[in-house]
Amino acid sequence: MHSENQKHDFEPKIIAFVCTWCTYAGADLAGTSRMQYPSNVRVLKFPCTGRIDPVFILKAFQQGADGVLVSGCHPGDCHYIAGNFHARRRFAAFRKLLEFIGVDLGRLAFSWVSAAEGGKWVEVVTDLTEKVRAMGPMVEFKDLALEEQWSGVINTPELQEAYDAI
Amino acid sequence: MSRIGVFICHCGENISRTVDVERVAEEVGRLPGVAFSTDYKYMCSDPGQTLVKKAIQEQKLSHVVVAACSPRMHEKTFRKAVEAAGLNPFLCEMANIREHCSWVHENREEATVKAIDIVGMMVERVKKNRILPTITVPVTKRALVIGGGIAGIQAALDIADCGHEVILVEREPSIGGHMAQLSETFPTLDCSQCIMTPKMVDVANHPKIKLYTYSEIELVEGYIGNFQVTIKKKARSVDEDKCTGCGVCMTKCPQKKIPNKFDQNIGMRTAIYVPFPQAVPNTPVIDRDNCTWFKTGKCGVCQKVCGPGAIDFEQQDTLIVEAVGAIVVSTGFDLYTIAEKPKGSPIKGYGEFGHGKIPDVIDGMTFERLASASGPTGGKILRPSDGKEPKQIVFIQCVGSRAREKGISYCSKVCCMYTAKHTMLYHHKVHDGQAYVFFMDARTPGKSYDEFWRRSIEEEEAVYIRGMVSRLYQKGDKIVVMGNDISVGVQVEIEADMVVLATAIQPQKGADALAQKLGISYDKYHFYSEAHAKLRPVECATAGIYLAGACQGPKDIPETVSQASAAAAKVMTLFSRDQMEREPIVARVREAGCVGCFACKKVCAYGAVEEKEIRDRQGNLIKIVAYVNPGVCAGCGTCQATCPSKSVELDGYTDEQIIAMIEAL
Repeated sequence: MHSENQKHDFEPKIIAFVCTWCTYAGADLAGTSRMQYPSNVRVLKFPCTGRIDPVFILKAFQQGADGVLVSGCHPGDCHYIAGNFHARRRFAAFRKLLEFIGVDLGRLAFSWVSAAEGGKWVEVVTDLTEKVRAMGPMVEFKDLALEEQWSGVINTPELQEAYDAI
Repeated sequence: MSRIGVFICHCGENISRTVDVERVAEEVGRLPGVAFSTDYKYMCSDPGQTLVKKAIQEQKLSHVVVAACSPRMHEKTFRKAVEAAGLNPFLCEMANIREHCSWVHENREEATVKAIDIVGMMVERVKKNRILPTITVPVTKRALVIGGGIAGIQAALDIADCGHEVILVEREPSIGGHMAQLSETFPTLDCSQCIMTPKMVDVANHPKIKLYTYSEIELVEGYIGNFQVTIKKKARSVDEDKCTGCGVCMTKCPQKKIPNKFDQNIGMRTAIYVPFPQAVPNTPVIDRDNCTWFKTGKCGVCQKVCGPGAIDFEQQDTLIVEAVGAIVVSTGFDLYTIAEKPKGSPIKGYGEFGHGKIPDVIDGMTFERLASASGPTGGKILRPSDGKEPKQIVFIQCVGSRAREKGISYCSKVCCMYTAKHTMLYHHKVHDGQAYVFFMDARTPGKSYDEFWRRSIEEEEAVYIRGMVSRLYQKGDKIVVMGNDISVGVQVEIEADMVVLATAIQPQKGADALAQKLGISYDKYHFYSEAHAKLRPVECATAGIYLAGACQGPKDIPETVSQASAAAAKVMTLFSRDQMEREPIVARVREAGCVGCFACKKVCAYGAVEEKEIRDRQGNLIKIVAYVNPGVCAGCGTCQATCPSKSVELDGYTDEQIIAMIEAL
């Protein structure tokens, strides 16, 4: 349990993408039951995990998130029949890609939290927050942004040559 | 430029205790696009809503963000208020700063910072919200009731009496459920059969009720007002139209020693059978696993003796599709069997009580059958092992219930009362017998309940011993029960002739599989979850599906009947209109970008994606694109995340809105 008096040097930013039917309701239940967890998480509600485009996860990291959580209904319990199966398959492939581009997979968590599992929500959020806190800030994307030019400026001879050839 | 109004609720002090609401209002007020920002004690109250409406008109607001409780709680309330003030309801969003913030964090600074973030996120989101028109859909005024126990019967009768057609589906060959098995009912000791069977007959005779017994739900498609349900009618091997219910087949069937599940396997039945004499419909079923014809291909006695020629060995399972507008789920309960631990279940068995090993250790439902006048012993309390009358009987309560270490932490609610009833029935039938009850607490809230329990002790001479049984073993033809009487702190040992266990109530087996077909949620025990524990106790979170009876949690008969009538009232509310409005959260295809790959069609679980031809004025085909039927689309958005060219968008959850929220962080 997160202690109020504990001071940390680094407070990670965690973004959670959750489905409205199971995990959002589970997080609501954690609230109604007055359970306590770290305040680092920001929740974005989707109708279904099937709606969550992997681009959102990249976007979250790019915007400075240190950890991302994706959570929906348990397999088989999807309110929309099979959306979470599509999500599961999509993220299984996406994790590989994320690993390839150099993101520590410890920063990305997937879980199934049902509407009756307020306690599990607390557990999942607390675990990810503490894990990411131990890992330190996510710098990969920021470094990348510094290394590579995203501005569109043509500032190397190779680029100039390529541009002139157009 | 948007003129956004932000309304921060204190929720009494539920939010303001940990979140500095004034600071949130002030900081959010500085965000670009926010024209007005304020806080108020109870935003959902009448003056609170008036405040929102007035601000919309006076400040000429274009969008509204209400920072309060969960949108699952009050989104509808505020969208209605916004609509009343002349704005499209979908230009209002809620920021959840109660369930997701003030209630889960103690540190005021942390919670306030988080609340500012959450509201900021919703402000960015609402800027991208678009006006959405409400979609109206027709309502099919027919209801489906799943489960023909007392809950299902009551709901079906109430709906049918209002003039709407009802489809009642029951898995067993007869309706009646567990209530038909009971001998007498607490707290008035009226005979269960006497009050139950007339209702069963009413169902059978009701012109508006279509009864499918020996049938199961195969598939549920559609949404509120417009469900398509596929029902599997299992082969009965008896033609229901021809059968007159004379019962000659049953008297002649040579297979007579099959344990009858209705009698908790202590009574016997034939291979062609009705579970009990008052069954509705009174049409027998051939149990194909035990029938000589189906096992060996010989016999066919029932076919020979059947006058109307109703026996049909060739009958097959049939699938029937019914269109309904609402569904009442009333699948009831099952008893926790301590003899066997269900595979893969987190619930552990009770090895120490010898259920299933010692024949005279029975469960409460078996005692009901022994005490029932229509039961296998004709109402005499006799031991299953040797048919002798037990002179010392021990009842053990809370077997499985309230035993966290065994996997069930809830109270089964009815056991205290039915055990008290059992001691009375026993005393009425065995005058010289003595009943002992081991109990933890006597929980008897309910009208005339505690008086009933006191009566079992004061007038019917039951001896209540507070404490659990530690050990139980067979010694000769006696069962030695060892326990501790904690109220006086002594060890107790009783040589009993029979032991009755008040085993826990669990949901029906397969409750989870049915929930998955219906798309409703359930808890870890597989009891179905209601939309709101207090304010919406009979509705599921899934619109158009309602709950009645013990499938939602342990319940006694009066409560079950009340809930069933409540569910019926909810169904009738829905049926009171010809058209209903549904949320316009549906996917739309941007035809210019669609290349017609139909990846969306493959992932759509509802078959909402259709092919649409685009032709020029001469009628030449330009391309085939996807089209989402808004009547069928459920709004999950899987198509949007799948679309490679990003040409389909889910209204209310567009990429623009989501990215705006992420960027706000």
